[in-house]
Amino acid sequence: MLRIKRVPTVVSNYQKEEAEEGGGGGCGRNCLQKCCIPGAKLPLYAFKRLNKISGGKDLLNPEDKEPPVAFLDSLLLGEWEDRVQKGLFRYDVTACETKLNEGRHLKKRPTEFRVDKVLQPFDGSKFNFTKVGQEEVLFQFEASEDNEIQFFPNAPIDVENSPSVVAINVSPIEYGHVLLIPRILECLPQRIDRDSFLLALYMAAEAGNPYFRLGYNSLGAFATINHLHFQAYYLAVPFPIEKALARKITTFKGGVVISELSNYPVRGFVFVGENTLEDLSNAVSDSCICLQENNIPFNVFISDSAKRIFLLPQCYAEKQALGEVSPELLDTQVNPAVWEISGHMVLKRKKDYEEASEANAWRLLAEVSLSEERFQEVKALIFEVISCRDEGNPSVSESLLEEEPDDKPQSLEVDALNKGSCHPMVSGECLVLH
Amino acid sequence: MEPQLGQLELSFTDRYSICVRETLNELPDSFTITDPSISGHPIVFASNGFLKMSGYEMAEVVGKNGRVFQGPKTDRRSVLEIREAIRQEKSLQVSIVNYRRDGRPFWMLFCMRPVFGKEDGRVVHFVGVQVPIMRKRRQSGGCNGGGFCGDGLGFRETMIGSCRREVCSDSVVELSRVLALDSDGRELEVEEHCEASDLEKTKAASAMNNILSVLTHYSELTRRLVCGKRCCLAGMGPLGSSLILSLGRIKQSFVLSNPHLPDMPIVYASDAFLKLTGYARHEVLGRNCRFLGGVDTDSSTIFKVAILLSSIKESIQTEQACTVRILNYRKDKSSFWNILHISPVRNASGKIAYYMGVQIDEGSKNHDKNGLSPEMKPHSAVGAVKVAVRSLSMIAGTSES
Repeated sequence: MLRIKRVPTVVSNYQKEEAEEGGGGGCGRNCLQKCCIPGAKLPLYAFKRLNKISGGKDLLNPEDKEPPVAFLDSLLLGEWEDRVQKGLFRYDVTACETKLNEGRHLKKRPTEFRVDKVLQPFDGSKFNFTKVGQEEVLFQFEASEDNEIQFFPNAPIDVENSPSVVAINVSPIEYGHVLLIPRILECLPQRIDRDSFLLALYMAAEAGNPYFRLGYNSLGAFATINHLHFQAYYLAVPFPIEKALARKITTFKGGVVISELSNYPVRGFVFVGENTLEDLSNAVSDSCICLQENNIPFNVFISDSAKRIFLLPQCYAEKQALGEVSPELLDTQVNPAVWEISGHMVLKRKKDYEEASEANAWRLLAEVSLSEERFQEVKALIFEVISCRDEGNPSVSESLLEEEPDDKPQSLEVDALNKGSCHPMVSGECLVLH
Repeated sequence: MEPQLGQLELSFTDRYSICVRETLNELPDSFTITDPSISGHPIVFASNGFLKMSGYEMAEVVGKNGRVFQGPKTDRRSVLEIREAIRQEKSLQVSIVNYRRDGRPFWMLFCMRPVFGKEDGRVVHFVGVQVPIMRKRRQSGGCNGGGFCGDGLGFRETMIGSCRREVCSDSVVELSRVLALDSDGRELEVEEHCEASDLEKTKAASAMNNILSVLTHYSELTRRLVCGKRCCLAGMGPLGSSLILSLGRIKQSFVLSNPHLPDMPIVYASDAFLKLTGYARHEVLGRNCRFLGGVDTDSSTIFKVAILLSSIKESIQTEQACTVRILNYRKDKSSFWNILHISPVRNASGKIAYYMGVQIDEGSKNHDKNGLSPEMKPHSAVGAVKVAVRSLSMIAGTSES
């Protein structure tokens, strides 16, 4: 069994109090477990199952009604700012006075985390999202029953129905950093299934803003909690991975085009849908399911309002456990999870921040990537699975048409979350090298 | 919420006078002009060439954002490039798939350039030129050399999608046959990337130059000069058009004040603020918020006002948010109770860039019960402004300290 020592990031204010708590009826923490949930209420946003993918808004069929609440700008950011005012976050991410108290991290007993298994059963004794306080939950998110967007500022939590919720991450890497936890009360382990993945796509589509992205880390690819969740945040700059060129591999059922990243340090797939969100979702989730069943860790980056999805198998944790990563890189303590792989680096040491360069970031990302040989194996594995499903379209064409070569180097934005000290968040100007 | 037609009209005629339309329409090219300072970055002018090419009526296009012409076959990476160019106020040239009114996709070369106002260096408009990319045609009789023999005019109707299909059609008959084929529902080959020829690039560049010279010329008539190059005043300029674009999406009443300028003047006022107070934007920008206070004749409240003002001051000194209830006056001297929420807004380096004031008119009870709770409303505006300011100050070159 491969293990690495890992100090998990605190995602909830209730995580650190683990084990100190006695429990008992109405545990006093106002959590989401049986003790506290009766009578609890949360805002509820019900989205419309609008399945068609469109480039823009249809000019000739103007939008039907204006939604009661703007999902991203009003609801999500409003509830988030409200939690800022209530002081729920561990630091003000906009002030950069990131009191990322590493000392406290280190005082804690490091969790031994099994990294060589992508699928592990849910363990109720460990931290999970039912243990967070209700004040950390922003709202419930579900499909509307009457196919109109609806918003209820105060909806009861329907335990039978196991709502999906959006909660804050108390150690945000950006303003508006949240977690989407599908069917929270079912206590699903970190494992992609078709329904949950489609829900994540609906959330990206509902936000309707290309700068609001969702991400997923499998176990073994730097997920820190084995309770099904996606992360999301808003950052109005293009991520380097979004600027990378892709070489089309093939078109699958439902007009889902699959390409391969061609000038990016991490090898990966790009999925673009032409028809329905569901076709796109199924193509990606089936690929993820294939990876997790084959015990291959991966990250998923949902970009451009769910119009483009990046799937990146990785092997960093395995290399790390086998002692194959250079100590220099290990010292940075950068965990290459979905945001890092997509080019938004969160650095932990002042030194790294000062020395941050495209070359350094590139070097780290190159360590994350599968080798070309392994990547081709994984590709074959995925295609076998999707092709089986894809009976309707026997002519899966292998058109390897290269896009126009682009000799501009890709850039990497790098962020710093330094303890105590305040540094400029990296704007392109100091770190984008041309 | 769609911008008012009057606003769209004014965006254009205020700057270039009314006569500009006629002159622009004499140009044969397909182009659109958009205004980034209006919420949603709408098209304020579309040339006859554009309408002919796209199949839309003028009224269907004005007020819309250019993205409505994109569709599933539009490469997302190219869309990202356009978005970034707008945000960074840069020129751009990209090949992209657009859709006509009847739903048919076609390749075009899209060139875009910002137009700057001379008085403050702000982007007032973007000009977008669309040149359909002709399919590459086989060398045939009468068309020697070059390998490309579109004359750019006679074949303007042949841009029906595929740029790869090797068809050589000189006659209208041939053309209609091809059109008929396409309308039979045959899959158009727009999948592959299509690059514009030098001829098309030249055409776009000369169209752009003509348009810019018309705009420059007519801006002289209104004495609100524009130019194709930024002639910027360094330092604390006005807000960038990309920030205004983001702020324009926020529907609530709010203002931003710049604490780094003497007397903390208002540097941005939302449409809802102007509606609430009855002032025009130019009457508000550059002034300190206190003009809303007006003269309160009731002396007993003066003391309260003093307390209020000191708590606002304190909030600013301690860099904390605060909420106060204050009596304010509209332009027409009518008063309203303002639930004023003040919050610092930081830029990407963590420094306070603005103070934001969100106004909620206590008297207006028009919040429907399905919307956000009234307590939550100012928070949503603050949240949206914070991400906008933070993100935009990350762009190279536009960061403000």
